[in-house]
Amino acid sequence: MIRPDAPVLLEISDLCARVEDQPILKGVNLTIRAGEIHAVMGRNGSGKSTLSKVLAGHPAYTVTAGSVLYRGENLLELAPEQRARTGLFLGFQYPVEIAGVNNLEFLRVATNARRTEQGLDELDTFAFEDLVRERLGVVQMDPAFLERGLNEGFSGGEKKRNEILQMALLEPLVAILDETDSGLDIDALRIVAGGVNQLAGPDNATLLVTHYQRLLDLITPDYVHVMAAGRILRTGGKDLALELERDGYDWVDQELARLGAEPAEVG
Amino acid sequence: MSTAATVGDLVSQPYKYGFVTDIQTEKIAKGLSEDVVRLISAKKDEPSFLLDFRLKAYQQWLKLEEPDWAALGHPKIDYQEIIYYAAPKQKDKKASLDEVDPKLLETFEKLGIPLSEQKRLSNVAVDAVFDSVSIATTYKEKLAEHGVIFCSISEAVKEHADLVERYLGTVVPTNDNYFAALNSAVFSDGSFVFIPKGVECPMELSTYFRINSADTGQFERTLIVAEEGASVSYLEGCTAPMFDTNQLHAAVVELVTLDDASIKYSTVQNWYAGDENGVGGIYNFVTKRGQCRGARSKISWTQVETGSAITWKYPSCVLQGADSVGEFYSVALTNHRQQADTGTKMIHLGPRTRSTIVSKGISAGYSSNSYRGLVQMGTKAIGAKNYSQCDSMLIGDQAAANTYPYIRSQQPDAAVEHEASTCRISADQLFYLQSRGIGFEEAVSMMVSGFCRDVFNQLPMEFAAEADKLLALKLEGSVG
Repeated sequence: MIRPDAPVLLEISDLCARVEDQPILKGVNLTIRAGEIHAVMGRNGSGKSTLSKVLAGHPAYTVTAGSVLYRGENLLELAPEQRARTGLFLGFQYPVEIAGVNNLEFLRVATNARRTEQGLDELDTFAFEDLVRERLGVVQMDPAFLERGLNEGFSGGEKKRNEILQMALLEPLVAILDETDSGLDIDALRIVAGGVNQLAGPDNATLLVTHYQRLLDLITPDYVHVMAAGRILRTGGKDLALELERDGYDWVDQELARLGAEPAEVG
Repeated sequence: MSTAATVGDLVSQPYKYGFVTDIQTEKIAKGLSEDVVRLISAKKDEPSFLLDFRLKAYQQWLKLEEPDWAALGHPKIDYQEIIYYAAPKQKDKKASLDEVDPKLLETFEKLGIPLSEQKRLSNVAVDAVFDSVSIATTYKEKLAEHGVIFCSISEAVKEHADLVERYLGTVVPTNDNYFAALNSAVFSDGSFVFIPKGVECPMELSTYFRINSADTGQFERTLIVAEEGASVSYLEGCTAPMFDTNQLHAAVVELVTLDDASIKYSTVQNWYAGDENGVGGIYNFVTKRGQCRGARSKISWTQVETGSAITWKYPSCVLQGADSVGEFYSVALTNHRQQADTGTKMIHLGPRTRSTIVSKGISAGYSSNSYRGLVQMGTKAIGAKNYSQCDSMLIGDQAAANTYPYIRSQQPDAAVEHEASTCRISADQLFYLQSRGIGFEEAVSMMVSGFCRDVFNQLPMEFAAEADKLLALKLEGSVG
């Protein structure tokens, strides 16, 4: 939902980042307002996953230039846990397994860290269990998964559902979903997309990082951005995704070649 | 914003028990000889059977050699540079706690072990050992009402000489190994527990060992006997001040269970570990063994080993009685330059005996952490079963973890199962937890306690949370 007067939640300006000595992001600009759903598309290696990790504060990436304002504040100064507590959420492409850490307990600690930041009371085990059982419905997840180790032995689809369950509990202001559709069969994809749609509202924003159109058949974006070589090459409405589906990414190479001559004009 | 540095800082928390109590101490001259053994015995006014026991052990010790098979390295210990007996000077005999030097009470209070009537831990009886002697034992009278004897071993030698003579050295013979022989010759104090037939001990028993002197060795001796159908849960804790020299701690613990009896023995070991460069710290060479003499009896060891510069320790079970059960649950954490070689021996002699070994080793810094365990199935151990699980966790990339399982079976109808795994706390796991609002330190501690859960679940309730905290504290600054 586009409202020109909605508050800006995330403002990315000329963001450059590298991993080790390899520059990946080369000047990303993106403004996200409350209520909006953005999709960032692009081929493998275009930098779209890096963008999501940099926003969440992954220590392997170093920001070399540019700025990110989150609710008007400098996001890059915040530790990853502080970003999360203030409502930035990253749904991982490959959620890690952490054996021995109980899923339910993990969800409770994470939820309470967010609640404390919001000035809300921490939930005790009983109150939390009520909340989590209610939120399980968002992704139609079997409560048995709560008693397991965190993502331990979960299938790809179960891990992704667990990600969306976390999102449902943390109620983020900005949710970045990195390739949430990868590795999902069509039923799981429907469930996950349904969860994202339920959670999207006028006060929060969603940034979908995806490779394929099929997720966007289920979640309608307000903006579609095409990323290549570490920057956003083109921005359009939901039709741009359909165009990509039809024409592929070949035009990107031409565009990049053209930009090689005049690299300043990127937006 | 960078978190890389913080795991290292996290593990290097200062040792908060490192203070020294300034108290007048009676010490004998350093060095070991037959005269020193006689002097210790005379100081304690011991019966002749015990002097003979000590002298025999001393002669055996002279012929034994310090073991070198463990994956440990340390400069040669000069046994003539150690003081073998040190005791805080006190009024002759403490009839009640009021007469105990307030400085000693204060010391234990500082360690979180209040001994005074008003502040005692409820439902835990404590024997407090300071350097070579027992200072006080709480709840003795209450326990006596149930027929339970809980006192220092020195007192037991006088008051219950027959019991001590009957059991002492029957599980760990004086010539069992170098350190056990040394202990048998010079042991100064320790705890004695006797649970008579059919009695379930009404409270947790606990001994707290405190080394205070810089040049003194600590050689305590613990003996626990549970008669037919009796049961007890016992916990020991240990701390020492920070010195830049090494102190030797060579204890012997013997457990005996008769038919249907059970002993649960838990240890939270937090001796001073030395500094980050490996200077100072306790050399912990300990022999702990339990003997399930009776049918259907059970001995369970739970240990949380976080301290000491060197740990050499294999709490073991001799499963003699038919259907007896041995258990060993261990968490051993090493950081900086600490070295641990620890594990267990499960000796299955009787039919249908069962044992379980769960060992969790955590190595951080430049430390080395080895599990060494023996499972032996004797010729009569028909239908005996063992299950072993040894997991190692590495923090950082400079630490070492080793597993040395030994299996000897002389009984075809016995089953031995061994599983082992190694994992590492990865940067991606930490980032995952952080990206959910969980701080770096809490994330590390969550993963470590998750890893140790199977063992912590075995600790008495009051101490499980303590152990969790202790581990988190020890790990401060170690991941990165």
